[in-house]
Amino acid sequence: MYIIIVGGGKVGYYLAKQLVEDGNEVLVIEKEAAKCQKIADDLGDIVLRGDGCEGVTLEAAGTGRADLFIAVTGDDEDNLVACQVAKNKFSVRRTVALINNPKNEAIFKKLGIDTTVSSTALVLANIEQELPSHPLIPLLTIKGSGLEIVEAKVPQYSAIVGEHIGELLLPQQCLIVVVIDEEGVPRVPNSDTQVRAGDEVVAVCRCESEDALRAILTTPVKEKQ
Amino acid sequence: MPPVKYGLFACPWSSEMKVVIMGCGRVGAELATILDREGQEVTILDIDPDAFGQLPADFKGNSVVGNGIDQDVLQRVGLADADAFVAVTPGDNRNVMASQVAKHIFDVPKVVCRIFDPIRQELYRGLGLETISPTKEVARLLKQALEREPAETPKGEG
Repeated sequence: MYIIIVGGGKVGYYLAKQLVEDGNEVLVIEKEAAKCQKIADDLGDIVLRGDGCEGVTLEAAGTGRADLFIAVTGDDEDNLVACQVAKNKFSVRRTVALINNPKNEAIFKKLGIDTTVSSTALVLANIEQELPSHPLIPLLTIKGSGLEIVEAKVPQYSAIVGEHIGELLLPQQCLIVVVIDEEGVPRVPNSDTQVRAGDEVVAVCRCESEDALRAILTTPVKEKQ
Repeated sequence: MPPVKYGLFACPWSSEMKVVIMGCGRVGAELATILDREGQEVTILDIDPDAFGQLPADFKGNSVVGNGIDQDVLQRVGLADADAFVAVTPGDNRNVMASQVAKHIFDVPKVVCRIFDPIRQELYRGLGLETISPTKEVARLLKQALEREPAETPKGEG
Protein backbone atom coordinates (compact mmCIF):
# COMPACT_ATOMS: atom_id res chain seq x y z
CA MET A 1 0.00 0.00 0.00
CA TYR A 2 1.09 3.57 -0.62
CA ILE A 3 0.38 5.55 2.54
CA ILE A 4 0.79 9.31 2.96
CA ILE A 5 1.15 10.68 6.48
CA VAL A 6 0.75 14.42 7.07
CA GLY A 7 2.56 15.52 10.22
CA GLY A 8 5.98 14.29 11.30
CA GLY A 9 5.58 14.81 15.04
CA LYS A 10 5.68 11.94 17.50
CA VAL A 11 2.52 10.27 16.23
CA GLY A 12 3.56 10.64 12.59
CA TYR A 13 7.08 9.41 13.29
CA TYR A 14 6.11 6.19 15.05
CA LEU A 15 3.23 5.57 12.69
CA ALA A 16 5.59 5.86 9.72
CA LYS A 17 8.14 3.60 11.41
CA GLN A 18 5.58 0.88 12.03
CA LEU A 19 4.00 1.12 8.60
CA VAL A 20 7.42 0.91 6.91
CA GLU A 21 8.27 -2.15 9.00
CA ASP A 22 4.99 -3.69 7.87
CA GLY A 23 6.23 -3.39 4.29
CA ASN A 24 4.25 -0.39 3.09
CA GLU A 25 5.43 2.43 0.88
CA VAL A 26 5.23 5.46 3.16
CA LEU A 27 5.68 9.20 2.64
CA VAL A 28 5.64 11.67 5.52
CA ILE A 29 4.84 15.33 4.74
CA GLU A 30 6.22 17.71 7.35
CA LYS A 31 6.75 21.49 7.44
CA GLU A 32 9.63 21.73 9.90
CA ALA A 33 13.13 21.09 8.60
CA ALA A 34 14.40 19.60 11.87
CA LYS A 35 11.63 17.02 12.05
CA CYS A 36 12.17 16.14 8.38
CA GLN A 37 15.88 15.61 9.03
CA LYS A 38 15.19 13.31 11.98
CA ILE A 39 12.80 11.17 9.96
CA ALA A 40 15.23 11.02 7.04
CA ASP A 41 18.11 10.04 9.36
CA ASP A 42 16.15 7.34 11.17
CA LEU A 43 13.71 5.99 8.64
CA GLY A 44 15.29 6.80 5.28
CA ASP A 45 14.26 8.82 2.31
CA ILE A 46 10.53 8.82 3.03
CA VAL A 47 9.94 12.46 3.87
CA LEU A 48 8.77 15.46 1.89
CA ARG A 49 9.13 18.92 3.36
CA GLY A 50 6.04 21.03 2.78
CA ASP A 51 2.52 21.91 3.83
CA GLY A 52 0.25 18.87 3.61
CA CYS A 53 -2.77 21.11 3.03
CA GLU A 54 -1.31 22.67 -0.13
CA GLY A 55 -2.39 21.28 -3.45
CA VAL A 56 1.12 21.69 -4.87
CA THR A 57 2.73 19.64 -2.10
CA LEU A 58 0.13 16.91 -2.36
CA GLU A 59 0.63 16.83 -6.13
CA ALA A 60 4.39 16.36 -5.65
CA ALA A 61 3.67 13.61 -3.13
CA GLY A 62 1.73 11.65 -5.73
CA THR A 63 -1.43 11.83 -3.64
CA GLY A 64 -3.50 10.67 -6.59
CA ARG A 65 -2.14 7.13 -6.25
CA ALA A 66 -2.27 6.93 -2.45
CA ASP A 67 -4.27 4.06 -1.00
CA LEU A 68 -4.49 5.69 2.39
CA PHE A 69 -4.08 9.27 3.56
CA ILE A 70 -3.52 9.91 7.26
CA ALA A 71 -3.37 13.39 8.85
CA VAL A 72 -1.84 13.44 12.32
CA THR A 73 -0.71 17.02 12.97
CA GLY A 74 -1.44 18.59 16.33
CA ASP A 75 -4.15 20.84 14.90
CA ASP A 76 -7.61 19.52 14.12
CA GLU A 77 -8.22 22.17 11.46
CA ASP A 78 -5.08 21.19 9.55
CA ASN A 79 -5.99 17.50 9.69
CA LEU A 80 -9.48 18.26 8.45
CA VAL A 81 -8.34 20.39 5.53
CA ALA A 82 -5.52 18.01 4.52
CA CYS A 83 -8.00 15.11 4.35
CA GLN A 84 -10.60 17.18 2.50
CA VAL A 85 -8.05 18.32 -0.10
CA ALA A 86 -6.81 14.72 -0.53
CA LYS A 87 -10.31 13.42 -0.91
CA ASN A 88 -11.86 16.10 -3.09
CA LYS A 89 -8.92 17.16 -5.23
CA PHE A 90 -7.02 13.89 -5.48
CA SER A 91 -9.86 11.38 -5.02
CA VAL A 92 -8.04 9.42 -2.30
CA ARG A 93 -10.46 6.72 -1.27
CA ARG A 94 -9.59 6.37 2.38
CA THR A 95 -8.71 9.26 4.68
CA VAL A 96 -7.97 9.10 8.38
CA ALA A 97 -7.72 12.15 10.64
CA LEU A 98 -6.44 12.49 14.16
CA ILE A 99 -8.63 14.75 16.25
CA ASN A 100 -7.77 16.37 19.53
CA ASN A 101 -11.16 17.78 20.51
CA PRO A 102 -13.53 14.77 20.71
CA LYS A 103 -16.43 17.07 19.82
CA ASN A 104 -14.99 17.47 16.33
CA GLU A 105 -15.73 13.85 15.52
CA ALA A 106 -19.25 14.62 14.32
CA ILE A 107 -18.22 17.44 12.01
CA PHE A 108 -15.36 15.41 10.51
CA LYS A 109 -17.79 12.56 9.75
CA LYS A 110 -20.28 14.95 8.25
CA LEU A 111 -17.60 16.47 6.04
CA GLY A 112 -16.58 13.15 4.55
CA ILE A 113 -13.52 12.06 6.53
CA ASP A 114 -13.73 8.25 6.56
CA THR A 115 -12.14 7.54 9.90
CA THR A 116 -11.34 9.73 12.86
CA VAL A 117 -9.16 8.82 15.79
CA SER A 118 -9.69 10.94 18.84
CA SER A 119 -6.62 10.79 21.04
CA THR A 120 -8.41 12.53 23.89
CA ALA A 121 -11.37 10.16 23.73
CA LEU A 122 -9.02 7.15 23.71
CA VAL A 123 -7.17 8.34 26.79
CA LEU A 124 -10.46 9.11 28.50
CA ALA A 125 -11.85 5.67 27.72
CA ASN A 126 -8.72 4.06 29.14
CA ILE A 127 -8.92 6.12 32.30
CA GLU A 128 -12.55 5.15 32.70
CA GLN A 129 -11.68 1.47 32.32
CA GLU A 130 -9.05 1.83 35.03
CA LEU A 131 -11.33 3.53 37.51
CA PRO A 132 -12.94 0.87 39.72
CA SER A 133 -15.63 3.25 40.93
CA HIS A 134 -16.98 3.92 37.48
CA PRO A 135 -20.13 1.83 37.38
CA LEU A 136 -20.60 1.54 33.62
CA ILE A 137 -17.70 1.36 31.18
CA PRO A 138 -18.28 1.93 27.48
CA LEU A 139 -16.17 -0.70 25.72
CA LEU A 140 -17.11 -0.09 22.11
CA THR A 141 -19.50 1.99 20.09
CA ILE A 142 -20.83 0.18 17.06
CA LYS A 143 -20.44 2.79 14.35
CA GLY A 144 -23.60 4.22 12.86
CA SER A 145 -25.93 1.91 14.78
CA GLY A 146 -26.52 3.94 17.93
CA LEU A 147 -25.55 0.83 19.88
CA GLU A 148 -22.69 0.35 22.26
CA ILE A 149 -21.17 -2.43 24.28
CA VAL A 150 -20.77 -1.61 27.95
CA GLU A 151 -19.40 -3.37 30.96
CA ALA A 152 -20.43 -2.98 34.58
CA LYS A 153 -19.66 -4.61 37.87
CA VAL A 154 -22.68 -5.55 39.95
CA PRO A 155 -22.01 -4.02 43.38
CA GLN A 156 -22.63 -5.90 46.65
CA TYR A 157 -25.48 -3.57 47.53
CA SER A 158 -27.29 -3.89 44.19
CA ALA A 159 -30.99 -4.74 44.33
CA ILE A 160 -30.61 -7.23 41.48
CA VAL A 161 -28.25 -9.54 43.37
CA GLY A 162 -29.94 -12.93 43.47
CA GLU A 163 -32.37 -12.16 40.67
CA HIS A 164 -32.52 -14.13 37.43
CA ILE A 165 -31.45 -12.39 34.21
CA GLY A 166 -34.88 -13.07 32.74
CA GLU A 167 -36.54 -11.12 35.56
CA LEU A 168 -34.61 -7.92 34.98
CA LEU A 169 -36.55 -5.08 33.42
CA LEU A 170 -33.89 -4.06 30.94
CA PRO A 171 -34.30 -1.05 28.63
CA GLN A 172 -35.51 -1.60 25.04
CA GLN A 173 -32.93 -3.21 22.73
CA CYS A 174 -30.65 -4.05 25.62
CA LEU A 175 -29.16 -7.50 25.97
CA ILE A 176 -26.80 -8.94 28.55
CA VAL A 177 -24.42 -11.02 26.47
CA VAL A 178 -21.75 -12.20 28.91
CA VAL A 179 -21.54 -12.51 32.68
CA ILE A 180 -18.08 -12.91 34.18
CA ASP A 181 -18.05 -14.09 37.78
CA GLU A 182 -15.57 -13.04 40.47
CA GLU A 183 -13.25 -15.93 39.57
CA GLY A 184 -13.04 -14.52 36.06
CA VAL A 185 -15.10 -17.30 34.44
CA PRO A 186 -17.26 -15.98 31.60
CA ARG A 187 -20.68 -17.41 30.89
CA VAL A 188 -23.22 -16.63 28.21
CA PRO A 189 -26.31 -16.24 30.38
CA ASN A 190 -29.82 -17.50 29.79
CA SER A 191 -32.95 -16.19 31.49
CA ASP A 192 -32.36 -18.50 34.49
CA THR A 193 -28.83 -17.28 35.21
CA GLN A 194 -28.68 -15.74 38.65
CA VAL A 195 -26.94 -12.42 39.16
CA ARG A 196 -24.29 -12.51 41.87
CA ALA A 197 -22.54 -9.66 43.65
CA GLY A 198 -19.25 -8.87 41.96
CA ASP A 199 -20.32 -10.20 38.56
CA GLU A 200 -18.99 -8.29 35.57
CA VAL A 201 -21.84 -7.84 33.15
CA VAL A 202 -21.22 -7.13 29.47
CA ALA A 203 -24.26 -5.77 27.65
CA VAL A 204 -25.24 -4.35 24.29
CA CYS A 205 -27.53 -1.36 24.62
CA ARG A 206 -28.65 1.78 22.86
CA CYS A 207 -26.34 4.70 23.67
CA GLU A 208 -29.23 6.73 25.08
CA SER A 209 -30.37 3.96 27.44
CA GLU A 210 -26.95 3.72 29.09
CA ASP A 211 -28.18 5.60 32.16
CA ALA A 212 -31.27 3.40 32.51
CA LEU A 213 -29.12 0.27 32.37
CA ARG A 214 -26.70 1.72 34.90
CA ALA A 215 -29.62 2.42 37.26
CA ILE A 216 -30.92 -1.15 36.98
CA LEU A 217 -27.53 -2.69 37.69
CA THR A 218 -26.45 -0.43 40.52
CA THR A 219 -29.52 0.77 42.42
CA PRO A 220 -29.11 -0.26 46.08
CA VAL A 221 -31.68 -2.56 47.70
CA LYS A 222 -33.22 0.02 49.99
CA GLU A 223 -33.78 2.57 47.22
CA LYS A 224 -35.79 0.14 45.12
CA GLN A 225 -39.53 0.93 44.84
CA MET B 1 -31.33 59.79 12.86
CA PRO B 2 -31.65 56.38 11.19
CA PRO B 3 -28.42 54.47 10.65
CA VAL B 4 -26.87 54.85 7.22
CA LYS B 5 -27.62 51.80 5.08
CA TYR B 6 -24.91 50.50 2.84
CA GLY B 7 -25.75 48.54 -0.28
CA LEU B 8 -25.18 44.99 0.91
CA PHE B 9 -27.03 45.21 4.17
CA ALA B 10 -29.84 47.38 2.94
CA CYS B 11 -31.42 44.55 0.96
CA PRO B 12 -31.94 41.00 2.22
CA TRP B 13 -31.62 41.53 5.94
CA SER B 14 -34.03 42.93 8.44
CA SER B 15 -33.02 46.12 10.21
CA GLU B 16 -30.76 44.40 12.72
CA MET B 17 -28.84 41.22 12.15
CA LYS B 18 -26.68 39.21 14.42
CA VAL B 19 -23.18 38.72 13.03
CA VAL B 20 -20.39 36.65 14.54
CA ILE B 21 -16.90 37.50 13.31
CA MET B 22 -13.99 35.17 14.04
CA GLY B 23 -10.61 36.91 14.07
CA CYS B 24 -10.02 40.44 15.33
CA GLY B 25 -7.16 41.44 13.06
CA ARG B 26 -7.24 44.47 10.77
CA VAL B 27 -10.00 43.10 8.57
CA GLY B 28 -12.08 41.59 11.37
CA ALA B 29 -11.90 44.74 13.48
CA GLU B 30 -12.71 46.97 10.51
CA LEU B 31 -15.73 44.88 9.51
CA ALA B 32 -16.93 44.72 13.13
CA THR B 33 -16.66 48.50 13.40
CA ILE B 34 -18.60 49.13 10.17
CA LEU B 35 -21.39 46.72 11.13
CA ASP B 36 -21.56 48.05 14.68
CA ARG B 37 -21.94 51.63 13.44
CA GLU B 38 -24.73 50.46 11.16
CA GLY B 39 -26.56 49.21 14.19
CA GLN B 40 -26.03 45.46 13.73
CA GLU B 41 -25.51 43.14 16.67
CA VAL B 42 -21.85 42.17 16.40
CA THR B 43 -19.89 39.54 18.32
CA ILE B 44 -16.19 39.33 17.58
CA LEU B 45 -14.01 36.40 18.63
CA ASP B 46 -10.28 36.14 18.98
CA ILE B 47 -7.92 33.84 20.84
CA ASP B 48 -5.77 36.81 21.87
CA PRO B 49 -7.40 39.29 24.29
CA ASP B 50 -4.98 42.02 23.15
CA ALA B 51 -6.45 41.83 19.64
CA PHE B 52 -9.55 43.73 20.76
CA GLY B 53 -7.38 46.82 21.21
CA GLN B 54 -7.92 47.36 17.48
CA LEU B 55 -11.62 48.07 18.05
CA PRO B 56 -12.67 51.70 18.53
CA ALA B 57 -13.53 52.91 22.04
CA ASP B 58 -17.20 53.36 21.12
CA PHE B 59 -17.61 49.75 19.88
CA LYS B 60 -20.92 48.51 21.30
CA GLY B 61 -20.69 44.86 20.25
CA ASN B 62 -19.41 41.88 22.24
CA SER B 63 -15.80 40.84 22.16
CA VAL B 64 -15.17 37.29 23.31
CA VAL B 65 -11.85 35.55 23.91
CA GLY B 66 -12.06 32.04 22.51
CA ASN B 67 -11.20 29.69 19.71
CA GLY B 68 -13.78 29.73 16.93
CA ILE B 69 -13.06 26.16 15.88
CA ASP B 70 -14.27 24.96 19.27
CA GLN B 71 -17.96 24.16 19.00
CA ASP B 72 -18.50 24.97 22.68
CA VAL B 73 -17.18 28.49 22.13
CA LEU B 74 -19.42 28.96 19.09
CA GLN B 75 -22.35 27.69 21.13
CA ARG B 76 -21.54 30.15 23.91
CA VAL B 77 -21.51 33.16 21.60
CA GLY B 78 -24.96 32.15 20.35
CA LEU B 79 -24.00 31.11 16.85
CA ALA B 80 -27.13 28.97 16.62
CA ASP B 81 -29.29 32.09 16.25
CA ALA B 82 -26.82 34.24 14.34
CA ASP B 83 -27.76 35.51 10.90
CA ALA B 84 -24.21 35.51 9.62
CA PHE B 85 -20.74 34.19 10.37
CA VAL B 86 -17.49 35.56 8.96
CA ALA B 87 -14.13 33.79 9.38
CA VAL B 88 -11.13 36.11 9.00
CA THR B 89 -8.32 34.67 11.14
CA PRO B 90 -4.86 34.54 9.54
CA GLY B 91 -5.17 30.74 9.22
CA ASP B 92 -6.93 29.43 6.12
CA ASN B 93 -7.60 26.07 7.70
CA ARG B 94 -9.06 27.57 10.84
CA ASN B 95 -11.34 29.71 8.71
CA VAL B 96 -12.38 26.74 6.62
CA MET B 97 -13.12 24.52 9.60
CA ALA B 98 -15.02 27.17 11.59
CA SER B 99 -17.05 28.10 8.51
CA GLN B 100 -17.99 24.47 7.91
CA VAL B 101 -19.01 24.08 11.55
CA ALA B 102 -21.09 27.27 11.32
CA LYS B 103 -22.75 26.13 8.12
CA HIS B 104 -23.26 22.42 8.77
CA ILE B 105 -23.61 22.17 12.56
CA PHE B 106 -25.16 25.52 13.49
CA ASP B 107 -27.07 26.06 10.21
CA VAL B 108 -26.09 29.72 10.03
CA PRO B 109 -27.84 31.13 6.92
CA LYS B 110 -24.93 33.27 5.71
CA VAL B 111 -21.34 32.12 6.11
CA VAL B 112 -18.38 33.87 4.47
CA CYS B 113 -14.86 32.50 4.69
CA ARG B 114 -11.58 34.18 3.83
CA ILE B 115 -9.03 31.83 2.24
CA PHE B 116 -5.66 33.25 1.18
CA ASP B 117 -4.61 30.18 -0.81
CA PRO B 118 -6.37 30.41 -4.22
CA ILE B 119 -6.22 26.61 -4.70
CA ARG B 120 -7.98 25.91 -1.43
CA GLN B 121 -10.40 28.75 -2.15
CA GLU B 122 -11.47 27.13 -5.42
CA LEU B 123 -11.80 23.75 -3.76
CA TYR B 124 -14.02 24.99 -0.95
CA ARG B 125 -16.09 27.14 -3.26
CA GLY B 126 -16.72 23.92 -5.16
CA LEU B 127 -17.77 22.28 -1.90
CA GLY B 128 -20.39 24.98 -1.32
CA LEU B 129 -18.66 27.50 0.94
CA GLU B 130 -18.89 31.19 0.15
CA THR B 131 -15.25 32.16 -0.02
CA ILE B 132 -13.13 35.21 -0.69
CA SER B 133 -9.46 34.97 -1.60
CA PRO B 134 -7.71 38.28 -0.86
CA THR B 135 -4.73 37.00 -2.82
CA LYS B 136 -6.72 36.77 -6.02
CA GLU B 137 -8.86 39.83 -5.37
CA VAL B 138 -5.96 42.13 -4.58
CA ALA B 139 -3.94 40.84 -7.54
CA ARG B 140 -6.93 41.54 -9.77
CA LEU B 141 -7.37 45.07 -8.37
CA LEU B 142 -3.67 45.78 -8.76
CA LYS B 143 -3.75 44.61 -12.35
CA GLN B 144 -6.80 46.81 -13.04
CA ALA B 145 -5.01 49.78 -11.50
CA LEU B 146 -1.97 49.14 -13.67
CA GLU B 147 -4.08 48.99 -16.80
CA ARG B 148 -5.86 52.25 -16.08
CA GLU B 149 -4.69 55.34 -17.89
CA PRO B 150 -2.39 57.38 -15.65
CA ALA B 151 -4.59 60.44 -16.39
CA GLU B 152 -7.43 58.85 -14.39
CA THR B 153 -5.48 58.96 -11.16
CA PRO B 154 -6.21 62.02 -9.05
CA LYS B 155 -3.74 64.80 -9.51
CA GLY B 156 -2.19 66.83 -6.76
CA GLU B 157 -2.31 70.12 -8.64
CA GLY B 158 -4.48 70.87 -11.65
